[in-house]
Amino acid sequence: MRKLPLVFALFCFLQAVVAQDYFPKNDGVKEKNTNYTALTNATIYVTPTQVIKQGTLLIQEGKVIDAGSNVSIPENTVTVDLQGKFIYPSFIDPYTGFGVDLPKRAERNGRSAQYEPSREGFYWNDHIMPENSAIGKFEYDKMKAKEYREAGFGVVNTHIADGIARGTGAVIALNDKGGDAQRILEDESGQFFSFERSIASRQSYPSSLMGSMALLRQMYWDSEWYAKGNVDTKDRSLEALLENKSLPAFFEAGDKGNALRADAIGDRFNINYIIVGGGNEYESIDDIKETQARFIMPVDFPDAYDVSDPYAAKYIALEDMRAWNQAPGNLKALSDKGIPFALTTHKLKKPTEFGEKLRKALTYGLDKTKALEALTTVPASYLNMSGEIGSLQKGRYANFLVTSGDIFDKKTTLYENWVQGEKHVINSLEQRDLNGKYSLTAGTQSFDLEISGGADKPKSKVSKGSEELKSTMTYSDNWMTLKFSDEKSGKTWRATALVPDKGSQISGRIVMPDGAEGNFTAKRTGDAASKDENEEKATSKPEVVAVTYPNVGYGFSQKPRQTDMLFRNATVWTSEDAGVLENTDVLVRDGKIASIGKNLNAGRATVIDATGKHLTAGIIDEHSHIAALSINESGQNSSAEVSIEDVVDPEDINIYRNLGGGVTSIQILHGSANPIGGRSAIIKLKWGEDAEGLIYDNSPKFIKFALGENVKQSNWQSFSRFPQTRMGVEQVFVNYFNRAKAYDAKKKSGEPYRYDEEMEVLAEILNGERFISSHSYVQSEINMLMKVAEQFGFRVNTFTHILEGYKVADKMKEHGVGASTFSDWWAYKYEVNDAIPYNAAIMANVGLTVAINSDDREMSRRLNQEAAKTVKYGGMSEEEAWKMVTINPAKLLHIDDRVGSIAEGKDADLVLWTDHPLSVAAKAEKTIIEGTVYFDLETDKKKREAIQAERSKLIGMMLDEKNGGGKTRAPEGKDRINFECETIN
Amino acid sequence: MMKFYKYIIATLAFMASATGIAQQTPAAPQEEAITISGATAHIGNGEVIEDAVIVFENGVITAMGSADTATKGKVINADGKHVYPGIIAPAKSLGLIEINAVRASNDQDEIGELIPHVRSIIAYNAESKVVESMRPNGVLIGQTTPQGGTISGTSSIVQFDAWNWEDAVIKEDDGIHLHWPNTFRRGRWWEGEDRGFKPNKDYAEDITAIETFMKNSMAYKAKDGEQPNQAFTAMKGLFDGSQKLYVYADGEKEIIDAITTAKESGVKDVVLVGGYESHKIIPFLKQHNIPVLVQETHNVPARDDDDYDLPYKLPKLLADGGLLVAIQNSEASNFQTRNLPFYAGQVAGQGMDMETALTLITGNSAKILGIDDKYGTLEEGKSATLFISEGNALDMRTNQLTHAFIDGRELSLETHQTELWKRYSEKYERQSK
Repeated sequence: MRKLPLVFALFCFLQAVVAQDYFPKNDGVKEKNTNYTALTNATIYVTPTQVIKQGTLLIQEGKVIDAGSNVSIPENTVTVDLQGKFIYPSFIDPYTGFGVDLPKRAERNGRSAQYEPSREGFYWNDHIMPENSAIGKFEYDKMKAKEYREAGFGVVNTHIADGIARGTGAVIALNDKGGDAQRILEDESGQFFSFERSIASRQSYPSSLMGSMALLRQMYWDSEWYAKGNVDTKDRSLEALLENKSLPAFFEAGDKGNALRADAIGDRFNINYIIVGGGNEYESIDDIKETQARFIMPVDFPDAYDVSDPYAAKYIALEDMRAWNQAPGNLKALSDKGIPFALTTHKLKKPTEFGEKLRKALTYGLDKTKALEALTTVPASYLNMSGEIGSLQKGRYANFLVTSGDIFDKKTTLYENWVQGEKHVINSLEQRDLNGKYSLTAGTQSFDLEISGGADKPKSKVSKGSEELKSTMTYSDNWMTLKFSDEKSGKTWRATALVPDKGSQISGRIVMPDGAEGNFTAKRTGDAASKDENEEKATSKPEVVAVTYPNVGYGFSQKPRQTDMLFRNATVWTSEDAGVLENTDVLVRDGKIASIGKNLNAGRATVIDATGKHLTAGIIDEHSHIAALSINESGQNSSAEVSIEDVVDPEDINIYRNLGGGVTSIQILHGSANPIGGRSAIIKLKWGEDAEGLIYDNSPKFIKFALGENVKQSNWQSFSRFPQTRMGVEQVFVNYFNRAKAYDAKKKSGEPYRYDEEMEVLAEILNGERFISSHSYVQSEINMLMKVAEQFGFRVNTFTHILEGYKVADKMKEHGVGASTFSDWWAYKYEVNDAIPYNAAIMANVGLTVAINSDDREMSRRLNQEAAKTVKYGGMSEEEAWKMVTINPAKLLHIDDRVGSIAEGKDADLVLWTDHPLSVAAKAEKTIIEGTVYFDLETDKKKREAIQAERSKLIGMMLDEKNGGGKTRAPEGKDRINFECETIN
Repeated sequence: MMKFYKYIIATLAFMASATGIAQQTPAAPQEEAITISGATAHIGNGEVIEDAVIVFENGVITAMGSADTATKGKVINADGKHVYPGIIAPAKSLGLIEINAVRASNDQDEIGELIPHVRSIIAYNAESKVVESMRPNGVLIGQTTPQGGTISGTSSIVQFDAWNWEDAVIKEDDGIHLHWPNTFRRGRWWEGEDRGFKPNKDYAEDITAIETFMKNSMAYKAKDGEQPNQAFTAMKGLFDGSQKLYVYADGEKEIIDAITTAKESGVKDVVLVGGYESHKIIPFLKQHNIPVLVQETHNVPARDDDDYDLPYKLPKLLADGGLLVAIQNSEASNFQTRNLPFYAGQVAGQGMDMETALTLITGNSAKILGIDDKYGTLEEGKSATLFISEGNALDMRTNQLTHAFIDGRELSLETHQTELWKRYSEKYERQSK
């Protein structure tokens, strides 16, 4: 129990605590105030759309009795005349951590990761804590409450902002004068979720975004199983999750992509999350609209960068400059699309920044009524509390604001914030606006005084003749003080006065520089000088640069369109038995290769003269890690439940750069941190499309497995996870497949079973529905995995890396597995000691399907050259070498019926090269996917120019912002993680 | 006698392949004159001689010319083939680390920020399997260089066919390597900071430390009877021109600061290494006569908005601007150094003529490293360090070596890797019989 400060205790005593009728009272006599308060003659916003001019708001015992223009005022009423003033329902913040401390960050203990949970009787994962309740940790925070009230908030929804499942929240009225019994409006306001791990536990799973997603899904599956009474033991987490199922579910996404991810999980389990956004939703506004979700939006629009140093400015990516320029328009974009949203102070350093940020959104065109709704009626409805808060209709809590004018106007003063009928003064209503010029006389001397800044924040300027003196002034509780000094002579005057209710003269006491006390008089002589330009500027609508697809440098201002085209007179590398065809035409129609031949009729197709140029199928990279937000779920030794498809990043610049290297399709593989990795995403590099648009339709199903040093954690200090040896790796596989077999048998038997995403995926492998691409190096382990597969009656599809494949190529052929390897990598770790660049050639000669892969964002954009190395190392023919980056990887990925060669009926995924495609000097001139040109040397040139121009424009705007006194921050550069197999993220 | 040696060498080579312990045996000194005839000679300075005759004796090229030049000694018929000077790999820790992930094999990065006295040559492993794998691609010379820290140490230039580091030396302690601080640095994400690049608040302080160290080195004079300061002593060659200073810097500001500081501190020869933004300040570099060792072209742009092909074309931009340019790959793995010819070939795809591209890894490299009196080009009087390729050595498909010589000694082109290739090719041949 926290000790109540004496003052606070005294305060409670003075305030008649209303609701606690049955509480005994011994420190006085029990009395009750049932008087009415009537606020009259005000403009009253009963709701954002119901406005009463010259109205009366009548309240009693903390509730609204009536609001209207003809309210009869009963006896026992205290009347406050608010002539010219405005009354608004006070704001509601639906997403805060008010009064709830975050748990302590768990300390790192030792080098090895913690795989086990640190609790018992709860869910198996520490980051799942639906049993937590904010109310259990709640302590009213008076300081913070004051800040919220100053920003106009009367009620907040709070929760423990930690973990993936965070438990229930509580709704608190920011009523300093009541006790918790009054203030807590709701102690189970909703359940809260996020993708972020708890800081209180070091349990390693989940280590990635896709892991968080999988864990959430499994939590719901498990709760369904638990609900049916299938679990003998007690799980207080799942019980709480089930018990609170009917409450609103809040999901902190914090980003447009995560909003879609959260919504997809919600859809699966029939949960309509109220999604806390990130401010970049405007970039994917149509997808956001499609979720049909309700949103809560932060207003933490980024500050401009300080770009005065050009050397520093270069670190800032165009997309980050744009974010500064575009993000304040997010709310308008949502509103234009009819997407419901409430507003929150979440992510702001202080709630008091809220007003300024919101005004920025208003200058970007957000409608004021929408804004008011987003602060009152909308959050009230999210909390299912429209009958209690969010408006000033009869029976609601008397939570309202008294202002000097339009609540969103910068010049408006917020006087009072009433919560539950208790008045909290922000700025005294009696406080006068003293703005003006005054002539100040003190003794024999006279000065010029100018006051600006309005009633709440008056600023002084004192001058004597042409010389300005340093001065400060305060004004509160009707008293003003003014201090000014002549720095040259070191003389200081200190004055104080009680400001009269009206009149143009202020008189009071002054202490002269010599210490003598006397009187002063300040006589108003005229209006203060007009506002400076900056303020004007802040309210004018800024120029907003256009959003591109994707909204980063090199994005398209309009999505490129599919066109019919005819390549005339090219050297065509078919990657088929037809070989290389000289002087040949290829016709593309409706995104497909329509015909190959000589002197084809173009019809309506655009003719591209390809004389002297080479046309090939687009390059396919079997092993890539670009275009993903995470690569490894390293928290467990198996992570079959995670999927790269969940975390495809369509905005990765490496997509564009790969197009520039003639790549059209890639498999984004999970990393190699664990023997059983995650599911792959097979995508086409359709730059400008969203994640869903990149992923293959009816994509073949793949999963990454891994062997060797990485899975046994040889090269980093971790000694606690099984396996630590190759011997152990085999046992992991055998064990998991045994379990999957049993799981599948149970499922097929029709008996009830616990849905397990991991087992589902492994069962797909056993049933031949999902293919394995296994990271592999040395011959022993390669052979081992084939034997394990044979034991369980399936075939390994691909060995990737497979650097010692040349040693067991015969065994691989017998098993029927393909190979995808590096051209010439070795010597980077012990297990690649015997890696040789002749590997691909030997395996191909033995008869395996061999591909050359990248595993690296740099090499992937030169895979044509990597293929050319097989000519040098091992003497592959050029045609066969070329197949290693086109039809062969297509075969390995089971997409060879669609892509990988130039054949009639296949997807028109094509590259026009300036030169022989295996030549070191060849450049991709055009890269085409399904008849749409996604990369073109000419267009690229224009894009460069456009980037330069736009950067320069935005830099100019940011310099203006700085010169105009706007807030800036130090330049920052993006850090692109170069994902490789071993990247833990 | 010669035959006997050859027999022994063959036996040793066989043993090596059988046991996988030792590397290829270094070749014996050139005894008889050798003539390469009929090949296209790529001189390494931008010039070509078609159907050339190259004669070398005692390790030195004694005659070079067109088909009518007189042959001498053993004649290698290289009709239709191509002859190139041995490719040079600057700024690389070849021979200092064998397997990146095996700490015990790592000798490339010593503790300390300002340690010019740390010398690579004494740790150079002449029997490195990685070094050996350079040779079949034509990479025959390297500047073995300590890595890390601010002043990482002193490099030496070696050739890649030696019994021991002493035998490998071409130029001992040739240069000091200084990694210039960055004005921006990555957030310490392991301490919970954001990963992005933020201004480096210590930049000025870091520079002052370097400046102070350089000035002290310049002022330092060993006194009799007093313990000498090894670090200051190691810097001495920079001020008398006997050693070069290799400054690693990428940003415009960093490059200007680094070169200005070095010059003001009295350093005679400065070479810029990296120079990602050097194309923006070509006049400045020209004014100070600074050659550039650019990063390998097989790289991704440093920033999202940069031209996708900036790393590909950077050498061309600098060469077109009149700077002396060569390619190194200090930031890549050591094994990648065998791709030097292809890094140069890549520039040809950007419109540089193939012969000029060759200078980026031969003639220019030798000039920059200060070994052009003997190496880097095919010219009379220079070392017979060269190789014969079936085709264009800068293209992956046609870089197929038939012969390679270092100082006239014909080296083995076999490696640990070719031996495994042959061994397993034979395995499958046996099966198909």
